[in-house]
Amino acid sequence: MNQTFLNAPPEESARILDARIPPGPLERKWTDHRGHVSLVSPANKRKHTILVVGTGLAGGAAAAALGELGYRVLNFCIQDSPRRAHSVAAQGGINASKNYQNDGDSDFRLFYDTVKGGDFRAREANVYRLAELSGAIIDQCVAQGVPFAREYGGTLANRSFGGAQVSRTFYARGQTGQQLLLGAYGSLMRQVAAGTVTMLARREMLDLVLVDGRARGIVCRNLVTGELETYAGDAVLLATGGYSTVFYLSTNAVNCNNSAAWRCHKRGAFFANPCFTQIHPTCIPQEAETQSKLTLMSESLRNDGRVWVPAKAGDHRSAAEIPESERDYYLERIYPAFGNLVPRDIASRAAKRMCDEGKGVGKTGRAVFLDFQAALERLGRPVIAERYGNLFHMYEEITAEDPYRVPMRIYPAPHYTMGGLWVDYNLMTTIPGLFALGEANFSDHGANRLGASALMQGLADGYFVIPYTLGAYLAEWRPQPISTEHEAFAQAAAEVRQGIQSLLEVAGKEPVRDLWRRLGHICWERVGMSREASGLNQALEEIRDLRKSFWQEVCIPGGERELNRSLEMAIRVADYLEFAELLAMDALHREESCGGHFREEFRTPEGEALRDDERFTYVAAWEYTGDLQRPRLHKENLKFEHVQPGQRSYK
Amino acid sequence: MSTQSMSFNLRVWRQEGPQEPGRLVDYKVVDISPEMSFLEMLDELNVQLTRKGERPVEFDSDCREGICGMCGLVITGVAHGPLSATTTCTLRMRHFQDGQTIEVEPFRAAAFPVLRDLVVDRTALDRIIQAGGFVSQNAGSAPDGNAIPIPKDDAENAMDAASCIGCGACVAACPNASAFLFTSAKVSQLAYLPQGRPEARRRVASMVRQMDLEGFGNCTNHGECEAVCPKEVSIHHIARMRKEYWKAMLG
Ligand SMILES: Cc1cc2nc3c(=O)[nH]c(=O)nc-3n(C[C@H](O)[C@H](O)[C@H](O)COP(=O)(O)OP(=O)(O)OC[C@H]3O[C@@H](n4cnc5c(N)ncnc54)[C@H](O)[C@@H]3O)c2cc1C
Ligand code: SF4
Ligand code: FES
Repeated sequence: MNQTFLNAPPEESARILDARIPPGPLERKWTDHRGHVSLVSPANKRKHTILVVGTGLAGGAAAAALGELGYRVLNFCIQDSPRRAHSVAAQGGINASKNYQNDGDSDFRLFYDTVKGGDFRAREANVYRLAELSGAIIDQCVAQGVPFAREYGGTLANRSFGGAQVSRTFYARGQTGQQLLLGAYGSLMRQVAAGTVTMLARREMLDLVLVDGRARGIVCRNLVTGELETYAGDAVLLATGGYSTVFYLSTNAVNCNNSAAWRCHKRGAFFANPCFTQIHPTCIPQEAETQSKLTLMSESLRNDGRVWVPAKAGDHRSAAEIPESERDYYLERIYPAFGNLVPRDIASRAAKRMCDEGKGVGKTGRAVFLDFQAALERLGRPVIAERYGNLFHMYEEITAEDPYRVPMRIYPAPHYTMGGLWVDYNLMTTIPGLFALGEANFSDHGANRLGASALMQGLADGYFVIPYTLGAYLAEWRPQPISTEHEAFAQAAAEVRQGIQSLLEVAGKEPVRDLWRRLGHICWERVGMSREASGLNQALEEIRDLRKSFWQEVCIPGGERELNRSLEMAIRVADYLEFAELLAMDALHREESCGGHFREEFRTPEGEALRDDERFTYVAAWEYTGDLQRPRLHKENLKFEHVQPGQRSYK
Repeated sequence: MSTQSMSFNLRVWRQEGPQEPGRLVDYKVVDISPEMSFLEMLDELNVQLTRKGERPVEFDSDCREGICGMCGLVITGVAHGPLSATTTCTLRMRHFQDGQTIEVEPFRAAAFPVLRDLVVDRTALDRIIQAGGFVSQNAGSAPDGNAIPIPKDDAENAMDAASCIGCGACVAACPNASAFLFTSAKVSQLAYLPQGRPEARRRVASMVRQMDLEGFGNCTNHGECEAVCPKEVSIHHIARMRKEYWKAMLG
């Protein structure tokens, strides 16, 4: 294999990417755009077939909303039911700038916080639209019967979340994602009953079909029979979630994967900012080595919990034995203004630093304490139980320790990916007719996502953005009908089949899970919480070597045309082995630290992230140029007209 | 990480397809740490089987934190295993004895055909929801979120019902394979909320009809459903659904 290009600077395209941001003042862009785009007439909508891949908040909301408008929708997911998409696991809440608490919130403030939180690497116009739509999301969900928490007076309750200085987070106990998803699922089931949406569960999209350069269909593997199936339509919406499981260890569900997005990338969709990954500070540390799934403890716990480590390195006493004076509440000490509520990237790195200094706690020394003693004394057990009861219960179930009596042990884990397919203002990728929604796109969170804003983005994209922008695309283009008889379908399916057969033919000895764990280890150690050039170069070589081993050693018992989880996993890991290279390459090229991307070489004297606005105020969108070929870098320059990029300070 | 290691004798249901006969097969699984979840233990078994060139055991799971409802096994005769208020994926091996024999079977019901090994088809539950488990509300037409105040207690009760994860353990545990608990959870959630009232009658009648059509049995008050429900959905929702049902039929 050609290893030489790995270390060379990326080839750069001269063309600057155009995000098609509508003209006009920030706060009028979306309203004016929406008011001026072409529309599809009601009678014509049912003539359009739209393929929606994914049933999480983004895909589920989009499929339901498009069904309500009268489109013919085919909706796909991996699980046995759309209700199980990983959005279901979100705990903490969803933001909206309702200002119900009269504490000074506004669309502009939510916009400002999100741009700043993203370390000035997000697109202003998109973020403003998100803030603007946030209120309508809450209205929609309440009307669906989502049982949000309420005050005694009957109004909606809010809490402050993830370092926000206003209370703008709406929640349903610790199950906000579940309740929002079940709301969307209800709407989706209503459309299935109405005949507008056809649900195709236990299907995995494995390729995109292009006809005349436009997205016109997909190839899926039926996960029960193993048959390859093709579907045709006038547009494809990808809402397939994020790629945190490239790290193996993550808070994401075991079926989360990047294959659909990666295969679209190979068909021409640019992949943006893959190195912007988020490590969540409060997860239950790994207990067993083979474990892949880590359980998140909601960030809301930091509202009342205090994070600390022993002040002296190598102190192995239990928490109770360490007197107050020998504890270091390091977040409160280093960041007095925000204390325990600093954003995720900052909290995660601080925890890592403490453990690297030998102050970590627990059996492995890779954990810090999250302590509720002070809050229990101040508020009493009933209040704490009402706020966090289910989280405490979950923690105890996993660790067999009672957080009412001993502090929780927490450690950071891969959680969310800000990077994803590049999309313009209309959520369209660089392939006409292929749209990306939710975590699968890169759009709104820059280099770091604030808590409670992913749910907001998924639902904004699905319920309120795509119905307009998709309509505009179709109205302007007026597609001719297409069927899977077109030769492009058979050809794409044949390529997918070939790929599957090559995997089965390896017939090695290594279980896929072990190879996946090895990949995750490389990514976590060298492309994880902190990165530096030599480690990244090494990662690039290790990933290539592992890829070689994978194709010699992988063992997939069973056949193609049957339910076969080892095969499913092997397909996803094979794609991750290709994608991981792009992840490391992007991290290597971005010679600055920003948000979740921390390069050891670029930091302030105090050890904080040091951006380089002059060189890197752009979105890095990568074009696929062939297997083992150097990808081509395209830049979308970011302009900040309403928020002045400054050093993010939470001190 | 734990140094302690456990081993178990597993008797696992193996079935190659919906039409094939199935049987219990014995496996020994070693090197299991007590912190592992039941599914991580099965992952380990699968790694051990793969290394021996045998076909791994197929089972469903996704979130692995008790919220998606995708996992579900009958463990030594109990849906989701011996611990109450727990899903299969959050059940830890420390609750078993080292060396114990553990029987692992799929969630069985006429309406849940086995697809392979421990994987069953639960789409019948989706079809019950399609029959009316929603509020007919198009995106874009909602009034302000605070336009209708909802008493905190009603919201809390609705939330209790809404915590159902759609796993189907209630069906698997019921001697009649009834889906009453699952269905009542949705009916009751929407009955507690003003948003659900306009369609209440049609909803309950239609969902109950669908339940019958799918081949789920009737409810004869055994209470096994509540006992295994990982989310502790209470059978008082069944009583509430019955009330709603009679209101719909008589009104
Ligand atoms: C534990 C946890 C807690 C979180 N808490 C919060 C929170 O409190 N607030 C917040 O705002 N955000 C939170 N997040 C983030 C947020 O939940 C996710 O970013 C968001 O829900 C993603 O939604 P989505 O619709 O983009 O994707 P997902 O919900 O991941 O859905 C992806 C869908 O795509 C389908 N799919 C994937 N690949 C394929 C394929 N190849 N073929 C067919 N179908 C495919 C899947 O089956 C699924 O239906 C949390 C995330 C986690 C993991
Ligand atoms: S009621 Fe309980 S057991 Fe039945 S599907 Fe819902 S969560 Fe599962
Ligand atoms: S795997 Fe999601 S509930 Fe068990």
